[in-house]
Amino acid sequence: MKTFTYERATSVQAAAKAAASVQGARFIAGGTNLLDLMKLQIETPTHLIDVNHLGLDRIEKTDGGGVRIGALVRNTDLAADKSVRQDYAVLSRALLAGASGQLRNKATTGGNLLQRTRCTYFYDTRMPCNKRQPGSGCGALQGMNRSLAILGVSDACIAQHPSDMAVAMRLLDAQVDTMGADGAARAIPIADFHLLPGDTPHRESALRPGEIITSVTLPKPIGGTHVYRKVRDRASYAFALVSVAAVFGKDGTARFAFGGIGAKPWRTQEADAAAKSGAKAVAEAALAGARTTHHNDFKKTLVERTLASLYRQREARA
Amino acid sequence: MSSDHLTRRGLLQGSAALAAASPVAAQAQAAAVATPRRNGGSAMMPVELTVNGREVHLQLDPRTSLLDTLREHLHLTGTKKGCDHGQCGACTVIVEGRRINSCLTLAVMHDGESITTIEGLGTPDKLHPMQKAFIVHDGYQCGYCTPGQICSAVAVLDEIKAGIPSHATTELNDVSLNDAELRERMSGNICRCAAYPNIIAAMRDVAGEKVA
Ligand SMILES: Cc1cc2nc3c(=O)[nH]c(=O)nc-3n(C[C@H](O)[C@H](O)[C@H](O)COP(=O)(O)OP(=O)(O)OC[C@H]3O[C@@H](n4cnc5c(N)ncnc54)[C@H](O)[C@@H]3O)c2cc1C
Ligand code: SF4
Ligand code: FES
Ligand code: FES
Repeated sequence: MKTFTYERATSVQAAAKAAASVQGARFIAGGTNLLDLMKLQIETPTHLIDVNHLGLDRIEKTDGGGVRIGALVRNTDLAADKSVRQDYAVLSRALLAGASGQLRNKATTGGNLLQRTRCTYFYDTRMPCNKRQPGSGCGALQGMNRSLAILGVSDACIAQHPSDMAVAMRLLDAQVDTMGADGAARAIPIADFHLLPGDTPHRESALRPGEIITSVTLPKPIGGTHVYRKVRDRASYAFALVSVAAVFGKDGTARFAFGGIGAKPWRTQEADAAAKSGAKAVAEAALAGARTTHHNDFKKTLVERTLASLYRQREARA
Repeated sequence: MSSDHLTRRGLLQGSAALAAASPVAAQAQAAAVATPRRNGGSAMMPVELTVNGREVHLQLDPRTSLLDTLREHLHLTGTKKGCDHGQCGACTVIVEGRRINSCLTLAVMHDGESITTIEGLGTPDKLHPMQKAFIVHDGYQCGYCTPGQICSAVAVLDEIKAGIPSHATTELNDVSLNDAELRERMSGNICRCAAYPNIIAAMRDVAGEKVA
């Protein structure tokens, strides 16, 4: 690990200010992604700003009838929160499908949103990777890319977004609340929060230099039946090959968001609009524009079959 | 081989017990191992921890993981390093009542906090019920993953008691104790010797349940 200096921030604004003014500074929350990458020298911050003690660890009701989730709320606590279990079960389910009990005890809401890809070429510093080292090329394009994305990809990068939590938040139309180095608050719809790779895969979020996530706000509950189905190589403690978050309404409408297949948590209006036509139609709509490789083409079939399984389960319950 | 294993354990436990009995000596020892070393530029930082009920004062390079702090600086080598990347669970310890991977966190981030390691759960003379159950049910072979498994297992039973749901929970608001739950909750602890069924048996025993 490269050397760095460390500070415990004393206020949100001080943290943002420090992050904007110190070259190479980074926030550290749970540390479960950042430290992993620092050990491999994929991340080499010169200064760490610990944001664990800023009181951003609360879950509160909003005036609009939704909930505001502090950026430092641990994944375990968010999944177990009474109102989240009750009104946003898909979020509990997505969180519980991710990582391990130990990791969820540490991992935070903000850190989870910003976790970086699990592309193996990104992790292997001997390989070219445009995300890790802009302009060096993409080792995955012609390589073993079985787990990588098929939607929102570019010639520069086909990395998948690894988060389960973010897929549920995308489904629920969450909003990411931030504070800039100047103290100004900003609300970013989650649809705009993660960036597609394009020619600049190293740019991953809409955050500006120094900007800190303070909370994630969920709009008021939408009811319906909440499900999160994750398909992976082993039954637990593995990243998704494909995941589907869904809320089914009583009237046959539904909304869907997908993990494991997109350069960011994936959701389309067309897929939601196809809900009444069944799994095949939803899959076709969601997969429009998919760009697969020899190794990850199976994900298209897997998306359709995962959806079919959700529909069957739903019919069985109805 | 197993008597070797016990002897080595016994020695380590003995020294941990000695250190605990004599806080002054323990601090002197901690200070001695923490004399500033060449570290390529990071300034050392003071870190205060309560480890297994004993307060320790350290001067650490901020890069030091909690795992390396326990093993290299406090010589509590019960906690193991498997992968050093959050992927195996061998380094699991209990911090402020919750299990975490000590390899993926920095000691400086835990300044002022309480840590329980396998050495703090019980000693050879006074085993924690989970330690005893692992022995009774043969919950290990080589033993490398075992300290992490036991710390995790203790915390898992607390998590179930607290009603925290898991991926295996059928109704989110109705958390119960069964094999599927235990297996899912223990999935962050890998065992190369595949002692899994016996670990589940040990946990059910401690939880006061009939072994399925
Ligand atoms: C073995 C393993 C398996 C895993 N499996 C899964 C899985 O199946 N599904 C899944 O979804 N995830 C999985 N994860 C990833 C895990 O969920 C993330 O590591 C975790 O959510 C990151 O949160 P953190 O608080 O630890 O982030 P950190 O590591 O502290 O930070 C991550 C990034 O976010 C930034 N950051 C943190 N907080 C803020 C803030 N408030 N404002 C601005 N920037 C901030 C940091 O600067 C850093 O760049 C796994 C991880 C491991 C190690
Ligand atoms: S897919 Fe993206 S992250 Fe993976 S090697 Fe290519 S550029 Fe890097
Ligand atoms: S050593 Fe920490 S999880 Fe493997
Ligand atoms: S007992 Fe050998 S790794 Fe678990």
